[in-house]
Amino acid sequence: MKKVLTGNFASAYGAAAARVNVIAAYPITPQTTIVEIMSEIVADGLLDADFVKVESEHSAMAACIGAQAAGARTFTATSAQGLALMHELIHWAARGRLPIVLANVNRAMAPGWSIWADDTDSIAQRDTGCMQIYCENNQEVFDTILMAYKIGEHDDVLLPTLVNLDAFFLSHTSQVVDMYDQETIDKFLPPYNPKIKLDVDAPRAFGGLTSPDHYYEFSYKIHISHQRAKEIIRGVGEEFGKVFGRKYGLTEAYRCDDAEFILVDYGTIAGTAKDAVDRMREKGILVGALKIRYLRPFPFEEINEVLKGAKKIGVIDRAISFGHEGPFFSEVKAAMYGRHIPLYGFIAGLGGRDVSIGDIESIVSTMQKSEPRNLIWIGVKK
Amino acid sequence: MPTKKDETGIIEIKNADDMPPMPASMGSMRMNKTASWRSIRPIIIEEKCTSCMICWKYCPEPAIFPTDPPTIDYDYCKGCGICIIECPFEAIESEKEGK
Repeated sequence: MKKVLTGNFASAYGAAAARVNVIAAYPITPQTTIVEIMSEIVADGLLDADFVKVESEHSAMAACIGAQAAGARTFTATSAQGLALMHELIHWAARGRLPIVLANVNRAMAPGWSIWADDTDSIAQRDTGCMQIYCENNQEVFDTILMAYKIGEHDDVLLPTLVNLDAFFLSHTSQVVDMYDQETIDKFLPPYNPKIKLDVDAPRAFGGLTSPDHYYEFSYKIHISHQRAKEIIRGVGEEFGKVFGRKYGLTEAYRCDDAEFILVDYGTIAGTAKDAVDRMREKGILVGALKIRYLRPFPFEEINEVLKGAKKIGVIDRAISFGHEGPFFSEVKAAMYGRHIPLYGFIAGLGGRDVSIGDIESIVSTMQKSEPRNLIWIGVKK
Repeated sequence: MPTKKDETGIIEIKNADDMPPMPASMGSMRMNKTASWRSIRPIIIEEKCTSCMICWKYCPEPAIFPTDPPTIDYDYCKGCGICIIECPFEAIESEKEGK
C-alpha cells in the first residue's frame, strides 16, 4: 500500500509495522508528530502496545530500557536537546545490549534556539555503542526502522539503533512511501524473543557491579558485535531487497564506477548530490556520489572499495567538530589512510541552511581548481 | 547463556567467550568478589560470641551468615567494620590485612 507521508509519519508507521510493544516518548519539535501519531495508532486500537507518557527524554529512554529488558520491543523518538538529555541512557541501552530503536529527527543544538536540520546532535552520540543510520528519504526511514529491529535483535548483534532523519527536509516533507503488506512484514520481522530477559522464574542482576576483571571484556564484546553487525546489515539489506524490492547496504554508491571526483555525503544532502551528479555528468564531468548510511558500525571496507579509484574525494558534512573538521570527513580520511588520494572536507547547511544543487556544483568546481584542504566552509557570510 | 557452574555455584569466568553479552547473568554478583580492597579483617572471637545475630543484621553486604556462631564470608566482606562497632559483647576484633 502506497501513501503520501511525511518523514515523521513514515517513522511512526514504520514502528507500528514493526509491531512494537511499548512506546515511551516526550514531545520535542520537530519530532513531535512521530509520538503524536503513535499515540493515535495505539488509542485507535490499531496497534496492541503500551504508550507510556513520561516527563523527559531521559525518562523515555529509561522506560524503553526497562520494557526492552523485560522482553518487549520498544520505540522512542526525539531531537537535538532531547537526544542530549537521553545521552546517559543511550550508553545504558547499548551496554545493556538492548535493541531499542530510536528515531532522531536531526535538529541543530541550541543556542541559538533552532529547530532546523543539523547532524551534530546524533554525531555527539557516536561513542555510546549505539548503531547509527542516516536516511535520505521517507521510504528509507520506513524501511530502515523495520531493518533496524531485525539487525539489532540478531543474537550476534544485540545493540540499539539510532535512525536519523533530517529536520523538515524529511520530518515535515511529504513523499510517496510504500508501506507494503503487514503479513509480509510480519514474516520478515518475527516477534522479539530475547534469550536473556527479566524473568521472575529465573532472576538475574542486570547491569550490576562489574569489576575491572570483566568490564574490559564487556567492552570488547560490544566492539566484536559491531564488527559482526556489518555482515548482518548486508544480509538483512539483501533479504529486504528480495522481499520488498528495495536493497540496502552500509553505503550506497551513485555513478561512482568511472568517477574521477567522488562526493561522500549522508542524510538528505545525498539526494541533492545525486541530482547534482546527473547535472554535472551532462556537462561531461566524471563525478559520482557515495552515501554513507551507517556512522556506526563504520563501513570502512565499502568506503575503501568505492573510493580507491577516485582522483579526488570531497566529503560534505552538515555538522562540525569544533576545533577540528567535519566529523564524517575525519572518518573518511581515516578510512583512506595510506592511499594518497587528495581529500577535501566541506561544511555545509548547518542549522538548516539549504544546500542546493548549485552549492554541490561549486563544491566540485573547488575540487577541480584548488589544492586539498580539510575544512572548507560553503556559503559562510564573511 | 554460558554460565559455568561447579558444585558450589558459579565459578569465575576466565575469558570473553564464556561471558554473556551484558552483565546480566544469574549470580553475577557472586563472580565479583569484592573483598580485594578490604584493609581491615573482622574476626569473630567464639568465646565471647553469644550468637545474638546483631552482626548479621547490620552487615550491609551481606557477608555474614547466620550460623552458630556466625561466619564471615571473606570473599565479599569489604572490611567496613560496622559489625565490630555494633557487637554488644565486643566479640569481633579487627586485624590489619596484609600484615
